[in-house]
This record gives sequence, structure tokens and C-alpha cells, in this order.
Amino acid sequence: MLYFDHCASTPPYDEVVHTMMEVMRTQYANPSSLHRAGTDADKLIERSRTVIAEQMQTKNGRWLFTGGGTESNNLAVKGIAKQYSGRGKHLITTQIEHASVYESFSQLEEEGFRVTYLPVDASGHVRAEQVLEALTDETILVSIMHVNNEIGSIQPIEEIGKLLKRHPKVIFHVDAVQSIGKLPIAVEEWGIDAVSGSAHKLRGPKGVGYLYVRDGITVYPLFTGGSQEYGFRAGTQNVPAIVASAKALRMSCETMNARQQRTNVLKQQLIRMMEEIPELKLNGGEPAASHIVHFSYPGMKPEVIIHMLEQHGIIASTKSACSSKENKPSRILLAVGATLEQAAGGVRISFGDEHTEQDIRRLGEALRLVVEHLKPLERRLT
Amino acid sequence: MLYDQIVLRYGDLTVKGKNRNRFEKRMLEQVKQSLCAFEHITYFKSFGRLYVKLNGNPYEPVANRLKDLFGIVTLSPVVSAEPDLEKIRAAALELMLSLPETPATFKVSAKRAWKKFPHTSQEMNHLVGGHVLRAMPELKVNVNKPDVELRVDIQEEATYLFYEIIPAAGGFPYASNGKAMLLLSGGIDSPVAGWMALRKGLELEAVHFHSYPFTSDKAKEKVIELAKRLSYFSGEPLKLHLVPFTEIQTTLAAAKSDNLIITLMRRAMLRITEQLAERSGANGIVTGESLGQVASQTLPSMNVIGRAAELPLLKPLVMMDKQEIINVAERIGTFETSILPYEDCCTLFLPKSPSTNPNLRIVEKVESLIPQYYELLNAATEGTEVLVLTPGSQTAIQAAGEDSWF
Repeated sequence: MLYFDHCASTPPYDEVVHTMMEVMRTQYANPSSLHRAGTDADKLIERSRTVIAEQMQTKNGRWLFTGGGTESNNLAVKGIAKQYSGRGKHLITTQIEHASVYESFSQLEEEGFRVTYLPVDASGHVRAEQVLEALTDETILVSIMHVNNEIGSIQPIEEIGKLLKRHPKVIFHVDAVQSIGKLPIAVEEWGIDAVSGSAHKLRGPKGVGYLYVRDGITVYPLFTGGSQEYGFRAGTQNVPAIVASAKALRMSCETMNARQQRTNVLKQQLIRMMEEIPELKLNGGEPAASHIVHFSYPGMKPEVIIHMLEQHGIIASTKSACSSKENKPSRILLAVGATLEQAAGGVRISFGDEHTEQDIRRLGEALRLVVEHLKPLERRLT
Repeated sequence: MLYDQIVLRYGDLTVKGKNRNRFEKRMLEQVKQSLCAFEHITYFKSFGRLYVKLNGNPYEPVANRLKDLFGIVTLSPVVSAEPDLEKIRAAALELMLSLPETPATFKVSAKRAWKKFPHTSQEMNHLVGGHVLRAMPELKVNVNKPDVELRVDIQEEATYLFYEIIPAAGGFPYASNGKAMLLLSGGIDSPVAGWMALRKGLELEAVHFHSYPFTSDKAKEKVIELAKRLSYFSGEPLKLHLVPFTEIQTTLAAAKSDNLIITLMRRAMLRITEQLAERSGANGIVTGESLGQVASQTLPSMNVIGRAAELPLLKPLVMMDKQEIINVAERIGTFETSILPYEDCCTLFLPKSPSTNPNLRIVEKVESLIPQYYELLNAATEGTEVLVLTPGSQTAIQAAGEDSWF
């Protein structure tokens, strides 16, 4: 079986599994306890933070651990909006954010915030000037994702961050769940104030999210009941998963350049093969992450494609895992101007370290066979 | 990269007559030691200054390290050129063009230290200035108040061009003025006192008293952090003596002289420190006391406490205001660590009204009635744990768990 759903989750490193097991077995004390077993566990969390800060080259902020990428995004967006609502009630984001950001903003709208959802162009990108144009005196938060989770488009985070440096009262949050450990992100140099990440997207365990918060910024907590994580996130920390997540992040970052080069070659190879199948339409455009290829088969339900690929031993995905069970056209594809038919038929291929050119050949061949098989049924399934 | 060298100028130590050679040698060792993390750096020593040749290293991190090193008064990033007019002119122009902001006015200040160079200092001002002006016509000369003063120092081995003179930490090189013990509590003051002592060229060993289980391991870790920071400034490893003080402190607390307990504690600390100084060959004790700051730092208290020791007590902060001390602590990067909220032994068993005017005879009497007083002091000295710290020493957090887990 070939697993091509790295955007949804990744196979953990063996070393990460090993760390998780050892720490779970030996460091079971509560890290908030005063006794030595507790302070030892607490030090493991602190060391994990320093490992992450070192890899991400941050000096002027703190890395918090949450229960996952979705929680990090919720905490950043709602926590910052609520904390700074005294300064203003205007927020800016894009139309193509992950549901955990997008729906956080919808909730905030219900609570009386005004939200500008920036549109993207046909390649799936916002421009930095759009952000500037949307700014008002009331704006307190700009939240823009780095790599889109469906089509892989890379947003001009560096440019936006540098422009926003001239607006020090506007806090800039970046959802980097799909990019940390996969492409470079110079958090502090680019002027980013908060960054979300997720360990299981970079070959770490599920149940750990990262959230960088620049010094001087306070986040209104979603949970109360303890002073863990600088008081921003109450609840006993998941020590084994946190330590393992630091290891996964380090290993991913250390191999990032080589991975980018490899996945870039694989992506080009896959695109060349897909161009020979005229029924398939590639979605999104450059600049885009090298580990994601997204296409539509207009007139064909994506579930059918997914199931047929599975018969060929290939695992792929329809849109985002978080919204894949909803039977609706993709909000993101509609935002890039896809037709309703195209937006309903999106399939995402995302790959990583274990894949070879031979795997991509198998994938391309399977796609050809699936399309050949389904061709007579086009537009007949509803 | 523009700058190929950094010139370091010595201050205090050049006035030291016959000792100058020894100081300069010590200084060179210091600089080498502090820059050992950089590869390929070479050195050239001349009268009253030292040239650090970067050999491809970036200028900023090297300069940032040197700025904190004691014994250097000023430093300048320089461009060196062969002592040849055209080469000097070319280097001058390159330097002027590299300025982050083009100035409105400038002047050239040439100094011909090597008299065999064919043009005098005056001539060089015109020869170099004219060349720059031809290439940068918007620039004007202003000899009185120029925006940029381009200095051209013509020496035999090379000509050095620079415009910046950056103040450094000053003082004397490490260990050029003897050795002392530093009482390091973990508060704001004692690290500043340590920094000032180091700046005066003292070699230091730090002494910390802990009262586990009344104080926590975190208080100890905090002191370790502070000692590491001090060792960054000295450029040498720093010894930290960790003295077990619990027995003494609980015994003193039981002596039923609550208002004197601080006096008694401080006297015991000085006595133990003196025993440690004897072993380490130190000739003084540095403390962070500042006159009038707390009950134990009134002049009558200092008198009674100080009589417990025979070694000179050096108190660099004695006449400074708290805010001045905090300013230094912030500048040297110890303040954030110092204010971490972990109780140290000095704040344990604090009486409601500590004496600001203790009576020496009563204090001596109370001490004489404490059973086995000196045995307790000796036991504390014997039980002292010594750590050798460098700026890169592992912290408790870096040492947490197994390395393979991370």
C-alpha cells in the first residue's frame, strides 16, 4: 500500500515512537507537582521547548504545547481577539484558511467582531497589498496560513510580516501546520507574532500542537483550571507526546532541505504524468508546497476516485480530512474560482520521506487506469 | 566583506609602567580565549593596542563578544590597506561608499606614524579627501563638525582605515589584580558586584549558601545561571562553591535572638567564606551590600558583621542607589534571572524587626553560647560542593532526561 496522505497525517519516525514509549514508561509524574519526579517531568517539557526554539531559531518568544493544530489555531485566533478586543474589533484573514481558523473567525463574528475574509486569485494566493488595504484603525489581528492544506499554495508570509512591522499594534498569526519542518519559516525575522503547528504533520505523535507566542503578547485562555503553559492553556501536559514532538520537529527540520529537493522532483514527475490524462485538472498554482498535488476530475465524485485508487493499493484524500465527511464542494476550491463541478471533485495527493520515483510511477499508472475505467460514467453519478 | 580587522585599544592598563608588558600579554590570552569559538582568527600586537584579523569571519559577532571583555576601552572595525597611496585611496572610497547612510559632510584625519611613508599627515588628508570627493560629489568637507570622520592610520605593517570608535567594557583584564571570593545570593545586587569586581581585574570564585529543604533546587539553579553569566564576562570558567547552610541556620534560629539572626547568619557566612578563601588562595571577599538598603546593610550592622572576617571586604555597590544597580543588572543580563521568585536562604527566618544597630558584645556572647558553633562552620566548609561553570555549561533543563529522547 502506498500512503499519499501526508497532509492529513504522517507516519511517525521510529525514534519518535521509541521516545514516546520510554518517556511514558518512566516519566509518569505530573509535571506540575512540586516533588522531584514532578520537576523532572517539567524539565523535560522545558527542554522540549528549547529544542523547538533552537530549530525554529526563535529567541524572543515562547513555544506552548496544546492538544493539536486545531487547538493551537483556536487558541491563537480567539485568544488574541479576546485579549485585545479593547483596542479594536476588526480582524483579517483569508477565504482559504483551514476550518479551525475559518470557523474560529465565524464564531468571533457572532460575538460582535468584524472579519475581513480576503479573496485569493486563481492560483490560490493573497497579495500582501490586499492585507494593507484591509487594515483599519480597529484592526487587531491578521491571521494567514503559510501553506494551504488542500491545494498547497504558499502565501507571501514574509512580505506580509515585513509590511505589518510598520503596524506594531496589529498582531500577525500564521497557521503553519502544513509548513513547519517542510519549508523554511523565519518566524522572528519575518515579523510573525504567533505561529501554529502540529506534531503529527511532521512525523510526530498526535495530540500535540505547537503555538509560538512572541514575548509581550498575551493570549486569553480557552481553558481554565491551572497555570500550565504560562497560564495560556490549563491542563496536565502530555509529557511523552511533547518530548516526542520535539524530537520529531528536530528530525524534520534537520532533513528539510533534502526533503524539499526530493519532493520537488517527485511532484514534477507526477505533474508530467497527470498532464497526459486530460480529464484531470490541476488545482492551485505556484508558488506551492512541493509535497502536495491537488487535482479535480470534473463530473466524477471524488469518493469514487479515492475508493478506486485504494483498489490499486493507493491511499489518497478528498479535500481536508477535517471537512472530508461533509458532502459539500470545497470552500477553498470555490475561493480560487473553480467551477462547482471542479470544486466537488477534488483529490489531494501528498507525500513525504518514504516515497520514491517508482512509487510516483505506480501512482500515475493507477490514475490512468482509474480514469480509463470511470470515463464512461462521467457526469452520470450524482 | 568590507572589514578585515578589529583594532582593540587598551586603557587603564597602558598607564601601568613596567607592568604594561604583563598586562598586554594577559590581555592577548583573554582575547584569544574569548574568541576560541571562531576559526582562523589571527592577532597582531602593537603598542597599546591589538589587531584582531578576521580572516573571513563576520565582523559583528566577533565585535559583540569583544565589547563585553574587560581591559578593552574602545574598538574599531578597520579596513587595512598596503601603505601605498592608490591602495589607501581605493580603500577609503570603498569604506565611504559602504556607509549605511551617505553622510552630508566628512573629513579625513590621517596620522603618519610610520615616518618613511612619502606623504605627511597633512598631505594625506588632502590626497585621500580629494579622491573621495571626486567620486562622491554630493559630499562636503567639514573640518569642525563632520558627520563622518574617516581616520587613516599609517603604520609600517599596514595602513588602517576606520570611522567608528565603539566604547567597550573598560577596566582591567581578568585576574590581573588578584583573587577574591564573591558572595552570590541570587538576588539583583551580588551579580552586579561580581561584574564590577571582574571589571577591576579580580579573579573570582563565587560562594552560595543554600538551606535545602527550606530552599528549593530552583534557587540553586538560578545561582548557577548567574554564575554562568559572570563566567561569560570573565571569559574563563568560574568556580561556584555551594555551601550547605541548613544546620547552621536552624541552630541560629533556635538561639532565641530573633532580632540578631541576620547579623549572626552574615557573620557565619563570612567565617565560612574566609575558610574557603584560605583554601583557594583568595585575598578578599566581594559582597553586593549597598549602604542602608536593608537592616544588615546599615553602617552599624556592617561594622558588627564585618568584624567576623579578617580579609578585606570589597563592596563595589556600597554607595550606589538601587535603581543604578538595577540598570547595570539589566545591561549585563542578570536582572531577569535575579528576579525569578525562588526563595534563597537570606530571606528565611526573617524576624519582624531585625536589628539595624546590633551590639557587638551581645552578638559575640550569643555566638559563644551556641553549642559547637565552630564545628558547625567547619562541617559546612567540608560539605561544600564545587561546580566549575562556563557560559556553555549545561543547564538543568538541557540536562533533563536522556539525550536520545530529544
